[in-house]
Amino acid sequence: MANAELHADLRTAVRELCARFPDTYWRELDAGEAYPEEFVRTLTEAGYLAALIPEELGGSGLGIAEASIILEEVNRSGGNSAACHAQMYIMGTLLRHGSEAQRRHYLPKIAGGELRLQAFGVTEPTTGTDTTQMKTMAVRRGDRYVVNGQKVWISRVDYSDLMLLVARTTPLEDVKKRTDGLSVLLVDLKKAVGHGMTVRPIRAMINHATTEVFFDNLEVPVENRVGEEGQGFRYLLDGLNAERILIAAECVGDGRWFVDRACRYARDRVVFGRPIGQNQGIQFPIARAHVNVEAADLMRVRAAELFDAGRPCGAEANMAKLLAADASWEAANVTMQTYGGFGFAEEYDVERKFRETRLYQTAPISTNLILSYIGQHVLDLPRSF
Amino acid sequence: MKIAVCVKQVVTREWPLRVDEARTWVEDRDASFEMNEPDAYALEEALRLREQHGGEVVVCSAGPARAAQVVREALARGADRAIRVEGGGLAAADAAMVAEALAAAMRDEQFELVLTGLQSDDQGFAQTGVVLAELLGIPHATIIMEVQVADGRLRVKRELEGGWFQWVSMPTPALLTIQSGINQLRYATLKGIMAAKRKEVRVVEAAADLVPRQEILEIRVPEKTKQTHMIAGSPSEAAAELVKVLREEARVI
Ligand SMILES: Cc1cc2nc3c(=O)[nH]c(=O)nc-3n(C[C@H](O)[C@H](O)[C@H](O)COP(=O)(O)OP(=O)(O)OC[C@H]3O[C@@H](n4cnc5c(N)ncnc54)[C@H](O)[C@@H]3O)c2cc1C
Ligand SMILES: Cc1cc2nc3c(=O)[nH]c(=O)nc-3n(C[C@H](O)[C@H](O)[C@H](O)COP(=O)(O)OP(=O)(O)OC[C@H]3O[C@@H](n4cnc5c(N)ncnc54)[C@H](O)[C@@H]3O)c2cc1C
Repeated sequence: MANAELHADLRTAVRELCARFPDTYWRELDAGEAYPEEFVRTLTEAGYLAALIPEELGGSGLGIAEASIILEEVNRSGGNSAACHAQMYIMGTLLRHGSEAQRRHYLPKIAGGELRLQAFGVTEPTTGTDTTQMKTMAVRRGDRYVVNGQKVWISRVDYSDLMLLVARTTPLEDVKKRTDGLSVLLVDLKKAVGHGMTVRPIRAMINHATTEVFFDNLEVPVENRVGEEGQGFRYLLDGLNAERILIAAECVGDGRWFVDRACRYARDRVVFGRPIGQNQGIQFPIARAHVNVEAADLMRVRAAELFDAGRPCGAEANMAKLLAADASWEAANVTMQTYGGFGFAEEYDVERKFRETRLYQTAPISTNLILSYIGQHVLDLPRSF
Repeated sequence: MKIAVCVKQVVTREWPLRVDEARTWVEDRDASFEMNEPDAYALEEALRLREQHGGEVVVCSAGPARAAQVVREALARGADRAIRVEGGGLAAADAAMVAEALAAAMRDEQFELVLTGLQSDDQGFAQTGVVLAELLGIPHATIIMEVQVADGRLRVKRELEGGWFQWVSMPTPALLTIQSGINQLRYATLKGIMAAKRKEVRVVEAAADLVPRQEILEIRVPEKTKQTHMIAGSPSEAAAELVKVLREEARVI
């Protein structure tokens, strides 16, 4: 009951905050490919992005259930959490695997928003999803690592102070398992950019502040390594369930936004002498989209409960992400169809949200890779790769 | 300064309104609720006065059990403690009944300043604050746009018709009914939400003998009607007639 109250209060508060950033705010940013600075500042100052940081380190020490409600409400309001969701969860690696000194130094500043840790450098142009094959190398020279290589689709680098970088510290040939030999480094972007690190924006289908990043003898102090050398892949994996659940919640928020908009339009739009929503050809797809969004939400709630109870939740977190991303995409498509030609007009925001929610079929993990996880790890089917 | 702020929980503006079966209230069983808008501005004004002059802000609300939600919201925004008068009959009560319920719970606190919203978004009587002032035996001023406190007295700006304002000087204790938009509302922070759980909420049962003075006989949704009125004559005659109709019948210019 206490949780139900807290969840209701969170929803109300985040909704009120988001109401000050109406459709036009997001639409104009999208048109100008601009970063939602004012929104992110407001959300940060009000403490919401520090939900998962323990209280003694300046955050609110809440669970993934609460964090996911915050992001869901942002997306449900018509906004896009992707601009700042990573500030909430990238720090998890530091929290779980960082040294006591690193935690004490960085986390209170991340909680307060003085330090933005919302860039995560994993994906590379030639290896993609096959993470262990990454080419970026960090070679130890005394008290520093010297980094060379390239990353792609690294989002929010221009709006971060720190980036968590995954690089190979032991060449693939020299490790027993391909998952060994990767390490996680915390890159101070103010020092790095222009001194061994170059950032180039990628023009993309959505307003996502995403970039490609080049390393040319970038020096990173050894003290900036998070956790043990060579254990980076393991650290990467154990942050994934949180990310999956949060993304699922954003998709649920999108799905609910779409269903709301579709219903409103279907009630009001009159052609052939009646509201289009009276035609089952319009009504049933909206109803089905609603059913699927709500079903996905149940899986997300289940995954969050397990996560917060400290129980294994890999299967549920992955299933929630898949179901929610599919449901929001279905709802997006149905809403486009309901709006007829007007769905294409920027001023209705449907085409923008349609583009934005499409991302979750591909990133941070593509639907195929979730299916292969379920096939191999949940159903014990033979490995495909 | 010891300040009380009265807040009411009302159905959210987005909720699609439907008249209930008895036709005397709206169907609100599954509704979502929010803080009455002018009350939110009253709360903000109280918090600002506390920041300037010190003291304490106590949020007071009368309503059914669900009103606990707006009380928590007020605490999350920064009120120090709360008094919540609970009674099922308070959901759709008239202004006098609500004011009596509040007055009984507030009287012993000896507040120096009581703020209420100008009116509620549901019934819109604009009477609760005024009646409450009378019951507490303190002076009041309505439609307040600005509040200044100096030397134990208040100087307040009232909104009149036609863009006119009036400054009134009054003693404390007093009650003011606050107009929407007089300040910029703050957000509830996450820390505020967490801290609210530890703040004192005194729950008082509404007196059993409270009865409404007014009875709602029926609620009806206004019917939309459309009428097309063709104006005949030459263009200049028709234009003159149109202006006349717009001015005298439609009263829009
Ligand atoms: C807007 C945006 C923001 C991003 N932000 C970040 C970021 O901040 N940090 C970061 O590190 N990355 C980021 N990414 C990268 C994202 O995580 C990758 O695009 C995603 O993991 C897919 O990798 P890829 O693009 O190389 O596709 P590929 O790996 O080339 O895959 C292409 C297609 O093949 C499928 N496929 C690949 N292997 C298999 C297989 N074995 N079985 C079946 N199907 C398979 C995939 O599912 C996919 O559909 C972002 C991407 C986008 C578009
Ligand atoms: C990029 C673009 C270019 C265009 N170019 C042109 C152009 O050059 N010239 C031109 O004349 N038009 C043009 N159009 C308009 C286009 O033909 C219309 O948008 C289209 O016919 C749908 O009409 P509508 O948008 O008014 O949707 P509506 O008629 O409002 O329909 C909305 C939705 O309700 C459904 N619906 C409506 N009635 C029923 C029913 N009885 N039963 C079941 N479903 C129903 C529709 O299928 C649709 O999904 C263009 C549109 C776009 C987006």
